[in-house]
Amino acid sequence: MCERLVPTLLVAGLLLLPAVGCSRGGGGEAVITIRVEGSDTMVNVAQAWAERYNQLHPEVSVQVLGGGSGVGIASLIDGNCDLANSSRTMKKDEIEKATAKYGVAPKGTIVGYDALALYVHKDNPLDTISLEQLGEIYGWTGSITHWSQLGVDNGSPRRDTIVRVSRQAGCGTYSYFREAVLGKRKNPEYKLGSVDQSGSKAVVALVSKTPSAIGYSGMGYETPEVKMLNISRRTGELGIAPKPENAKKANEKERYPITRPLLIYTAGEPTGPIKDYLDWILSAEGQAVVRELGYVSVGDHE
Amino acid sequence: MSEATTTAETPRKKSAPISRLINVALDRTEPLVEWLIRLCGWSAILFVGAIFFFVFREAVPVLVGGGAEGDGQFDVQEFLTSQNWIPSPFKPADAQYGILALLLGSLAVTGLAMLLAVPLGLGAAVYISEFCTGRTKETLKIVIELLAAIPSIVWGFIGYMVLGPVLIELTGAPVGINLLNGGIILALMSVPVIVSVGEDALKAVPDSYREAAISLGASRWEIIYRVLFPAAKNGLLAAVLLGVGRAVGETMAVLMATGHAVQIPGSLLDPVRTLTATIAAELGDVVAGGTHYRVLFVIGLVLFAVTFVVNLTADLVVKGIRSEKAR
Repeated sequence: MCERLVPTLLVAGLLLLPAVGCSRGGGGEAVITIRVEGSDTMVNVAQAWAERYNQLHPEVSVQVLGGGSGVGIASLIDGNCDLANSSRTMKKDEIEKATAKYGVAPKGTIVGYDALALYVHKDNPLDTISLEQLGEIYGWTGSITHWSQLGVDNGSPRRDTIVRVSRQAGCGTYSYFREAVLGKRKNPEYKLGSVDQSGSKAVVALVSKTPSAIGYSGMGYETPEVKMLNISRRTGELGIAPKPENAKKANEKERYPITRPLLIYTAGEPTGPIKDYLDWILSAEGQAVVRELGYVSVGDHE
Repeated sequence: MSEATTTAETPRKKSAPISRLINVALDRTEPLVEWLIRLCGWSAILFVGAIFFFVFREAVPVLVGGGAEGDGQFDVQEFLTSQNWIPSPFKPADAQYGILALLLGSLAVTGLAMLLAVPLGLGAAVYISEFCTGRTKETLKIVIELLAAIPSIVWGFIGYMVLGPVLIELTGAPVGINLLNGGIILALMSVPVIVSVGEDALKAVPDSYREAAISLGASRWEIIYRVLFPAAKNGLLAAVLLGVGRAVGETMAVLMATGHAVQIPGSLLDPVRTLTATIAAELGDVVAGGTHYRVLFVIGLVLFAVTFVVNLTADLVVKGIRSEKAR
């Protein structure tokens, strides 16, 4: 029930379309096919790019498959796809394999950032929270269950219980939050009893209606009824504001802690239609798609 | 005869031989039609059998083999007695599949819904059948049928957006989508079923029963409680059980209104998760053929078993009532 289901169906539909076209057309215009594979987090944005680009350039058909970052990279090395979506940088042995196969090092292009914001109700006086505290709230056997344990007076005693809003097991957002926030804990599993929502917007909508809730979702979903928290790496340190420019900082100490780049890998320097496509993704139009889907865009197209 | 032949310029006389022809054709095809109708009747059994077969086929590898190597272990005892539902899609070997919390969540929501819906539904049925006449009666029946036509996703949305904040205000619950919310929404969804079947059952009681009771000097309450309810027992029970069926199987509305949280409910205001909602929410994200996927089908079997037990009990109770009458 993630946003993944719809793109998957679309992909299935797209795969069927050329087959239908061929049997009927019999020698129409030459279709250039670009094969994209990889990260499940990026599958919906990749699908949106593919559709938008196909409207502008009907002669180019982009086929998108999910499967995971590792699957996409392996597929690129095997020559089964032209572009590999990845929500992590390539590992050393992956780079070596790709270089051995193609004679050039694979090239990664940052096409956006996935930054997760922590949302609370607008009346919640809390401003800053640390990764450790988040781990204690969300993690298995975590000890924080009430706002007062964070030194917060949330209006009335009945609003003191923390309502944890989480996502459906299996979603990209669920997995990234688990990795970034719970990853260093002894048991990197979520505490049971969280209220699990099946969409990024649903998390923010529920938090906006629940004064004692906290929830995580993409940075692009802020509404006037919720507040995004500043995040610090350690309790007591100064929090970093959830702003797009902070998500892009190169210096790790200044960077917003729950963010990762979204990359597209090519085997060597891209050329021809693939280069055109990548250039379009990085253009103002391509980056508008990134923001529409709740991610942070690259460059200054704010 | 279609309207076209009578209204068109064709003279009426010609229609007689045509209708005779059709009669002859019907006579010839009667065995075929009979077979078609028979097939329609048997198809119900065929479909139930086929559905059970496919659900069972998907579930059987984990029931027998305990799950694929390195893809999470399935253990029947853990499945039924553990409250840890941790599918762990990124480290499947650590997955734990315990449905105790989900099962109790389903039972709690259904139980609460019935606690609210049965008095409300039967009360409304009695009012419509015995106290209402003419236009009021017709209007009420139409409106209640309209209530039954509201899609479940809309009910879920009402629970999520409207009832949730109201419950936070009124009860002081930390979160508005919880057991109480789901129970209320499900009760409202089952009431139309209970009302329309219950009203039919009461209507089917012959008027002579009512007249006899009145002539004996029974009050209105006595007629309803002592005469109508016993006489319409089977139908009223069917009404309640149809309501239970609707509540157990409901998916989208409870997914949105109950909060979807894996925990054994300790109070009316705790968010819960049901079996049906778990299948709906997770089936889209699992690897087809993996342990998690198959365990979801095992949950489907559990739901099958629950509805089977409910229906069987209903049948036995109804039969028991009948044989008592025969004595």
